[in-house]
Amino acid sequence: MDHLIVGAGPAGVVAAEYLRKHDASGNVTIIGDEPEPPYSRMAIPYYLVKRIDEAGTFLRKDPGYYDNLGIEVVKDRVNAVDFNKRSASLGSGGTRGYDRMIIATGASPITPPIAGVDLPGVYHCWTLDDARHIIKLMESGNNVVLIGAGFIGSIILEALAKSGVNLTVVETENRMVPRMMNDVAGGLIKDWCVNKGVNVLTSTRVQSIEQGDPLTVNLDNGDHISADMVITATGVASNTDFLDGSGIKIDDGIVVDEFMQTSIDGVYAAGDCAQGKDFSTGGFNVQAIQPTAVEHGKLAASNIVHGHPQQHHGQVNMNVLDTLGLISSSFGMWMGVENGDVVERVDRKKFRYINLQFEDDYLVGASALGLTDRIGVLRGLIQSKIKLKEWKQKLQNDPTRLMEAYLANTQALG
Amino acid sequence: MAWTQKILRVNLSEGKVDSEPLNMEWAQSYLGQRGLASKYLVEEIDPKCDPLGPDNKLIFTTGPLTGTMASTGGRYSVVTKGPLTGAIACSNSGGYLGPELKMAGWDMIIFEGKSPKPVYLFVNNDSAELLPADAIWGKTVWEADKILHDVHQDSQIRIACVGRSAEAGCLYSAIINDLHRAAGRSGVGTVMASKNLKALVCRGTKGVGNIKDPMGFMQATENGKKILRENAVTGAGLPQYGTQVLMNVINETGALPTNNMQKVQFAGASKISGEAMHEPRKSDGKPNLTTNAACFGCTIACGRISTIDKNHFTVQNKPEYWGSSGGLEYEAAWALGADTGVDDLDTLTYANFVCNEDGMDPISFGATVAAAMELFETGAISTKETGGIEFKFGSSEALAKAVELVAAGEGFGKDLGLGSKRLCEKYGRPELSMTVKGQEFPAYDPRGIQGMGLAYATSNRGACHLRGYTVASEILGIPEKTDPLVPDGKAGLVKAFQDATAAFDSAGICIFTSFAWSLDDVAPQINTACEGDWSTERLLEIGERVWNMEREFNLKAGFTKKDDNLPPRLTTEKADSGPAAGKVNELDKMLPEYYAVRGWDEQGVPTTDTRQRLGLS
Amino acid sequence: MLRALSLEPDRCTGCLQCEMACSYENEGVFNPAKSRIKVFAFHTEGRFAPYTCTQCDEAWCLKACPVDAIVINSETGAKDVLEDVCVGCKVCTIACPFGTINYNSSSGKVIKCDLCGGDPWCAKACPTGAITYVDADSTGLERMRAWAQNSPSGSASFVTPTEKDVQHYERVQL
Ligand SMILES: Cc1cc2nc3c(=O)[nH]c(=O)nc-3n(C[C@H](O)[C@H](O)[C@H](O)COP(=O)(O)OP(=O)(O)OC[C@H]3O[C@@H](n4cnc5c(N)ncnc54)[C@H](O)[C@@H]3O)c2cc1C
Ligand code: SF4
Ligand code: SF4
Ligand code: SF4
Repeated sequence: MDHLIVGAGPAGVVAAEYLRKHDASGNVTIIGDEPEPPYSRMAIPYYLVKRIDEAGTFLRKDPGYYDNLGIEVVKDRVNAVDFNKRSASLGSGGTRGYDRMIIATGASPITPPIAGVDLPGVYHCWTLDDARHIIKLMESGNNVVLIGAGFIGSIILEALAKSGVNLTVVETENRMVPRMMNDVAGGLIKDWCVNKGVNVLTSTRVQSIEQGDPLTVNLDNGDHISADMVITATGVASNTDFLDGSGIKIDDGIVVDEFMQTSIDGVYAAGDCAQGKDFSTGGFNVQAIQPTAVEHGKLAASNIVHGHPQQHHGQVNMNVLDTLGLISSSFGMWMGVENGDVVERVDRKKFRYINLQFEDDYLVGASALGLTDRIGVLRGLIQSKIKLKEWKQKLQNDPTRLMEAYLANTQALG
Repeated sequence: MAWTQKILRVNLSEGKVDSEPLNMEWAQSYLGQRGLASKYLVEEIDPKCDPLGPDNKLIFTTGPLTGTMASTGGRYSVVTKGPLTGAIACSNSGGYLGPELKMAGWDMIIFEGKSPKPVYLFVNNDSAELLPADAIWGKTVWEADKILHDVHQDSQIRIACVGRSAEAGCLYSAIINDLHRAAGRSGVGTVMASKNLKALVCRGTKGVGNIKDPMGFMQATENGKKILRENAVTGAGLPQYGTQVLMNVINETGALPTNNMQKVQFAGASKISGEAMHEPRKSDGKPNLTTNAACFGCTIACGRISTIDKNHFTVQNKPEYWGSSGGLEYEAAWALGADTGVDDLDTLTYANFVCNEDGMDPISFGATVAAAMELFETGAISTKETGGIEFKFGSSEALAKAVELVAAGEGFGKDLGLGSKRLCEKYGRPELSMTVKGQEFPAYDPRGIQGMGLAYATSNRGACHLRGYTVASEILGIPEKTDPLVPDGKAGLVKAFQDATAAFDSAGICIFTSFAWSLDDVAPQINTACEGDWSTERLLEIGERVWNMEREFNLKAGFTKKDDNLPPRLTTEKADSGPAAGKVNELDKMLPEYYAVRGWDEQGVPTTDTRQRLGLS
Repeated sequence: MLRALSLEPDRCTGCLQCEMACSYENEGVFNPAKSRIKVFAFHTEGRFAPYTCTQCDEAWCLKACPVDAIVINSETGAKDVLEDVCVGCKVCTIACPFGTINYNSSSGKVIKCDLCGGDPWCAKACPTGAITYVDADSTGLERMRAWAQNSPSGSASFVTPTEKDVQHYERVQL
C-alpha cells in the first residue's frame, strides 16, 4: 500500500509515524515544500528569542529519524492532484501515484488589504524563512509595528517585546485575542501588556504603509508611526489552492467526515487545512491549532489502517498563551451557549480571571487568566462529558476547584 | 538550616508590615516555635500589660521541623499573654497552616498594636498585606473560610481565623485553621479579635529547603517514622480511635472527672468513647466516624472526621452540619460529655462542630458549662440568669443551646464566655470553678492520677494536660510505669515531662509522637536539619530553659506560689468510686519537692544558680 | 515488567508526605507547590485523593509537544520531559486531560511525574499504602475493589500505617 502525505508539518509527520507503526509493509512518503526538515511553527517564537536554534524547531531531532523509520521525506511541492488517476503532479516535474493520500498542507497567513503590505520590511511570521528575516531586525531599540493581536499575533508579541524592540500593536477589534477571550479578559491582557511597556492600540486600523527608511505606518486615528519593521498576523487560510478544480469539496478548509475522509474516497485531510469536526458545536470548522493538527493526523492514519473504526467526536478548540508572563487559556465554548449557566470571577488587580460555561450538568467551555496549575483538566471535564451533579454548584461557588470536581466524579470517593 | 531566618512583623496600629531577620543566636538557645516565640514575647512585652490591650503581642510561630518530612512536622503555635489566665499562653495547632506559612518563607509573624478597623493579613510568599475584613467580620470561621476562598480564588490558600465568639469577647476563644484544627487554649483567639485581626490567609510556594544534611535527614526522619508505625499507640491505637482511645481506659482508672469533677467515673463513658464512634448509629446505620485524617506530614493520623445524624435534633433542617468535619478528640468528648454528664454522641459532636465553627476551646467551654450546671443545681443561678434554659447535668438540650449562645455571644452565652472562674465568682461560688490560674482542667482527675495534679498546678499556662503529660507514665507506662495513686516521685516525673514537652513544642512536631519517641529519637532529626550540634541533652536543656523563662514571665506578671494550686474539691473531697476511691490529690506533698528539683526557692522563684545554669539573664 | 503507581484514595489520610517526598526528589526542597503528585481534599465527604500522571497510553502531552521534548523512558515506561528540549510553550499542559503536567514558572519548563526513574519516592514515603508501585497489570482496580469489599458499609473506616522496612532515599538528580 502506498501512502502519500502532502505537507510536512505536525499533522503530516504524526500521520506518517502512525502509518509506519501500523502498516509495516506499506510505503510511507511525505512531500513537503519547505526546505527545512519537518519543523514546528509553534517553536518559531522561541527561535526568535534565541532560546533555541533552528534545529530546536525540528519536529524530530535525530537527523536520521525518518530514514531509520523508513519514512521517505521528499522536498517538493504538489501542484495538483488527479484523484481519478490517484496521482499527484509535482513542482519539480513528474507525478507520484498513491493508494491512500493524506492532505496536511496546513494554512497560510492572510495578507491584509492594506496599501504597502508588499514593501520590503513588511513580513508575515509564519515560516522559518520569515523568522530569519525578522530576527535580523529584532534589535533592541528598533521600532516595530505588529498588525493583529489575535492568538498568533500575541505569541509573536511576546517574542518581540522580550527582545527589547519598541513595539506597537494595532488591532481592529476592541481587545486582544478576540477569538479566545471576552471583553474582560482580553482587556486585562491589553492592560498587562501596556504595563509591560508595549504600545497596544485596539479598535484601530492600519490604513497604509509608506515606503521609506524607516517605513511609516498610517493609522485610521490619524497617527503616523515610523517603523523599522512591520509584521502582519491577521489570520490564516487553509492551503487548498493546489486542489482547485480537482473536484474535492472545499469550504473554509477541505471538507472531511467523522473519519477525516474527504469527499474523495481514500483521500483524507488533517490539520490546519482540514475543516474537521468541532467537539463543542458538533459542526465542522478549521481550528488551526497544533493539538488538533496532531489528533487529526493520528485519526486520519488510524482510519486508513484500520478501516474506519474511530468515529471522530471532534476536537475541543483550545489555546494557551503567554503574554509577557500573563498566562491565558481558553477551551471549547468559552463564549457560552444559549440557555447555559456561567460562573465568572475576575480580580483586576492581580490579573486573574476565570470563566466556566455550563450546559445542563456539563462543563462546555472555559477561559482563564493567571491559572496554570492543572488546567488540562478543563479539557478532561469538557471532552469526557463528565456529569458534574452537585459539583456544578460547587464550581459555581469556587471555580478553582476544577480538579476536585473531576476527581469526585471519576473516582469512587464515597 | 531548616529555619527560614525571617520574621514578618505586622504593626496593626499603623497598618505596616515589615520583614526582619530571625535572631539566630536565640534560635540556637530556644530552637523555635514555643521556645523561640516565647523568648520574643518575653523580650518585647510588659508582663503586666492588659492581654486584650494594644500592648500585648500575638505571635504565630513555626519550628525548624515544620514543613519538612519529619513525621508530624506540620505544627505551629500561637504565643501571647492569655486573657483567661493573664499568664503566658502558647497554643499549638496542626492542620496545614503552619507549613504554609513556613513555605511562604517565614518562621514567625509578630502582630503588635491594634488595628483601627477589622482587617486580615494575606501572606503570599514574600508579599504580605493587611486587607479590610468588613466582609468577614461578624461571620463564623466556616463562613469566613468560604468568603476568603471566594475572594482569593485559590483553593490552595490556608486560613486561620477567629469566630464570632472571639469578637464577642469570649475569654477562651481559639484560633481555628483549616476549618477544624485549633490553637485552642487560653483564649489566644480572643487576643486576635481584640486586635481587630480576623484572619491570617496564607499561600506559600517557596518550600522549605536548606536542610543541613539532606540525606541524613531523610534517613533520620525515616527511622523516626518506623518507630511510630511499629508502636502500639501511634501505629494502631491513635489511628483507629484517635485520642478517644483513652475514654474507657481513664474511666476505668477512676480518673474521668464527671459532673464538674464531683465524681471520677462516668456511667455514660462507653457511649461517648472512641469505640462508640465506630458503631453504626441506630437511626441511620452510619457510624459517627467517617475516617481518620492526618495533619500535614503526620504518619500517625489520629484526627477524627465525623458526621452527625441528619435527623438529630441539633441539626434538623441545618444542612450546613450534615457533612463530615472534625470530630471529637478525647479532651473535647470529656469536657462536653462526662464533665457535663451528657452521654449523647451526636450532641457532643454537634457542640464540637460549633466550637470549631465559631472558634471556642471545647475544654474550657465544656468545663464552664459543667460549672454552670453545678451553679444551677445548687441554686446559685436559675432560669432567670440562663434565659430559661434548665442547666441540669446530663441535659443535651442545655449543652446544645449553650454552645450556640457562646458562639454568637448572646444572652447567657456572655456569662458562659467568661470561663468557669469568672462565672463562679460572679455568682458567689468561686470554689465551684475547676481551674488553675483561671484555666479549666482537662480530662484527667488528679485524685486518680496524682502526677497530673502537680502538672496542672504548675503549668505555665494554667491547667493543662499538654504541658506535662504524666498520664503517659502513670497510666500507659510510657516510658515506664509509675503508680498513679501515689505522690512519691512525681515531682521529678512532672519536671522531666514538662522539660521534654517544651523541647518537642519548640521543634515543630506534635507532642503525640512522644508516645513512641523520646528526645533521643528527635535529636537526630533536628541535628541533621539544623545548623549546630543537637544532642538529647541540649534539647532537654532548651526545654528546661523555656520552662523557666515562662515561669519568670508569669512571676513578673504577678503570679506567686499561691497560684500553683488546685481547687479545694480536688484536695479535700475524696474520690467516691473506682480504684482511686478515698483519694484526694496530695499536691502539698509534691509541690515543695517540685520546687526543689526545679532549682527554685521555696516561693517557687528560680534561684540565681538555676538562672545562670540555664543562661537566663 | 513495567510497573505503575497505584493510587487508592480510600487509604489516604491527607498527610502530604508524598508531596514532600516528590518535591524533594525533584527540586531539592520540601514544597507541595512543586510536587508532581497532588492530594485533593474533600472536606465534607471526609476524603482525600492523591493524584498524578498515570503514564496514560494515549500520552496526550507527548503527542501535543511541538518539539519532541516528551519521550517514553524505555526502562520505566514513564513519559519523561527533556528539560533541555522543552521550550515552555505549555501546549502539553492543556492537552493532558488529567491536568497532570504543569508549567513551572521558575524554570520556564513543564514538570510531570517521571516515576523517579523507577524508584518513586512518593510510594516510599506514603505511610498507609495509598500509593504503591506495582506491576502495571495488577494496578489499581483489583486492589481497589478488594479494599472496598473489606470495608463494609456501616462501620467506620480508618487506616493505620502499613508495615514496611526502613526506606532508603537516594537522590538521582542534582
Ligand atoms: C508563530 C506561530 C506560533 C504558533 N503557536 C501556536 C501555539 O502556541 N499553539 C497552537 O496550538 N498552535 C500554534 N500555532 C499554529 C500551529 O503551528 C499550526 O496549527 C500547526 O503548525 C498546524 O500543523 P499542520 O501540520 O496542519 O500545518 P503546517 O505546520 O502549516 O504544515 C503544513 C506544511 O505543508 C506544506 N505545504 C503546504 N502546501 C503544500 C503543497 N501543496 N505541497 C507540499 N507541501 C505543502 C507547508 O509549507 C507546511 O510546511 C502557531 C503558528 C505560528 C506560525
Ligand atoms: S501527563 Fe497526562 S497526557 Fe501525559 S502521560 Fe501523564 S496522564 Fe498522560
Ligand atoms: S511546554 Fe515543553 S514539553 Fe510541553 S509541549 Fe511545550 S515544549 Fe513540549
Ligand atoms: S503520603 Fe499517602 S496517605 Fe499521605 S497524603 Fe500522600 S497518598 Fe495520602
